[in-house]
Amino acid sequence: MRRTIAISKRIFLELIRDKRTLAMLFLAPVLILTLLNYVFSINTSTNVNIGVVNVQRSMKSTINDVKHVNIKEYDNKKEAKKALDNQKVDAIFEENQHDDYSVLYANTSASKTAMIRRILSASFTQEKTFQMADTLKQMTEKLGMNSDNKNTTNDVNLKESYNYGNKNTTYFSSIMPIFMGFFVFLFVFLISGMSLLKERTSGTLGRLLATPVKRSEIVFGYILSYSLVAIIQTTIIVFFTIYVLNVQVTGLILNVFIINLLLALVALTFGLLLSTLANSEFQMMQFIPIIVVPQIIFSGIIPLDSMATWAQWIGNILPMKYASNAMTDVILYGKSFANILPELLMLIIFIVVLLVANIFGLRRYRKV
Amino acid sequence: MQTVISVEKVSKSFGNQQVLKNIDMLLKKGEIIGLIGPSGSGKSTLINIALGVERADSGLTTIFGQKMPNRMLLGKLGYMAQSDALYESLTAKENIRFFAEMKGVDKKLLTPEITRVAKIVSLENYLDKRVSGFSGGMKRRLSLAIALISDPGLLILDEPTVGSDPALRLQIWQELHRMRDEGHAILVTTHVMDEAELVDRVALLLGGELIANDSPQNLESQYHVDSIEKVFLKAEGELK
Repeated sequence: MRRTIAISKRIFLELIRDKRTLAMLFLAPVLILTLLNYVFSINTSTNVNIGVVNVQRSMKSTINDVKHVNIKEYDNKKEAKKALDNQKVDAIFEENQHDDYSVLYANTSASKTAMIRRILSASFTQEKTFQMADTLKQMTEKLGMNSDNKNTTNDVNLKESYNYGNKNTTYFSSIMPIFMGFFVFLFVFLISGMSLLKERTSGTLGRLLATPVKRSEIVFGYILSYSLVAIIQTTIIVFFTIYVLNVQVTGLILNVFIINLLLALVALTFGLLLSTLANSEFQMMQFIPIIVVPQIIFSGIIPLDSMATWAQWIGNILPMKYASNAMTDVILYGKSFANILPELLMLIIFIVVLLVANIFGLRRYRKV
Repeated sequence: MQTVISVEKVSKSFGNQQVLKNIDMLLKKGEIIGLIGPSGSGKSTLINIALGVERADSGLTTIFGQKMPNRMLLGKLGYMAQSDALYESLTAKENIRFFAEMKGVDKKLLTPEITRVAKIVSLENYLDKRVSGFSGGMKRRLSLAIALISDPGLLILDEPTVGSDPALRLQIWQELHRMRDEGHAILVTTHVMDEAELVDRVALLLGGELIANDSPQNLESQYHVDSIEKVFLKAEGELK
């Protein structure tokens, strides 16, 4: 126990004196979260421009009434096509003859195409409703009925309220829980791996193993120091997102810490194990695309249930997925500790397996 | 005299390359053995087997009468590797303290022990300086100081004087002789041949075999030459 504490104290001391790594650990997440928040907040609405050719007035005004849509009129299709090619309009809407329309999408942005498709189909429905209403009105007038009963066309009232956040809640809020865990994973993985690698290449590991220290004491020394790093990092991220970025955490903040601590331990044991496969810092960096990037792809940023079965299975063996699920449950849905227990247990299984692998892995450097 | 290291019929191969062939070697209390050999001759492997880093394929290695590898025995020996193996961002004191704690030095004895080993290598005035600011010679001395923690009965030193100036080299050898006279057993590897004259016994390792194991004087007369360097060259020539 005394050796474990001495090792963790030493690692922590080394880290504190490495100002640059310290800045990366604690300032980089803050910087990236700020940028993400900015990027995802300004673009909450997509504006589309639709070029129209020969479209009747009522239809045009219906489309123009939709928010975030601009209509530009063109005399013929050729002119409209030119505008499309110059990115002036996102689609060309043309009426060939009565009730026969055609639309050409620029289709360079899937979301814009989808939006225009939605607008057009809604406009058609509205047009039809208006026509029907008109017909109905004419019929009732023809039948000589009194049409002063205006109460029937009362405005429908819809009261909106939000289970999470408010009407200003952006996409950022839904990915933020994932990023809160991801930063801890990325930085702890890299820095702990580099740290053991350096210890190996500088020869200090050899010297350490020439003392009566147990292999497990070394691994637990790393765990102790990096748990502290993860707690500090999580504190900074949590308080920054809550008080500066005004993101709402529905569940208990303590649960957020528990998830991040466990995820940090997975990252740590993973980093330590993989560092034995690397011969230089550069080789350690090469694990980013093959180990770290899949974690973020399968973390739930892209909904997993829409993926193929084999892809879902890849997600199942990646620790980030469980941490992201638990984090999303706590932050967005306010789930309790009992609800996220299955995910936490999965993370613990990862830790135990990797821990044992590490203690055995150190046998490579000393046979007892 | 009490045997400290005993290597009996030790062989070791990596893959199909035999690195050590049937090595027999004894190191007694109050004796300095100089392990000499060209790089790749198996010096490091022999040291690693003595430390328990490697396991021999066959044969028996004991330290203080106990079979290696044995973790607890590591507390009774001091090891200094070829590289300085220091934590650069820590101060000299923090480095010594850390390894002293790894060796299990009593908490109350830590401070006097740090002062003691620092004095031996004349670093007592630089204890609070960070190692990154040390010169090569200072790092080497600090590395030696760490090997001397808790005054171990056995010292295994891999090239202790590499990269040090003549004055420092002399100082280190004076210290080694003093420790030998106090009854420590010391195993030193070196490639500086005139240093080999300073040891009690030269163990010449060539191609995985121990081809000579005697005092420098006896070896020189046996090979009819006047220096260990010439013994080395002659022995190497005979082998080819």
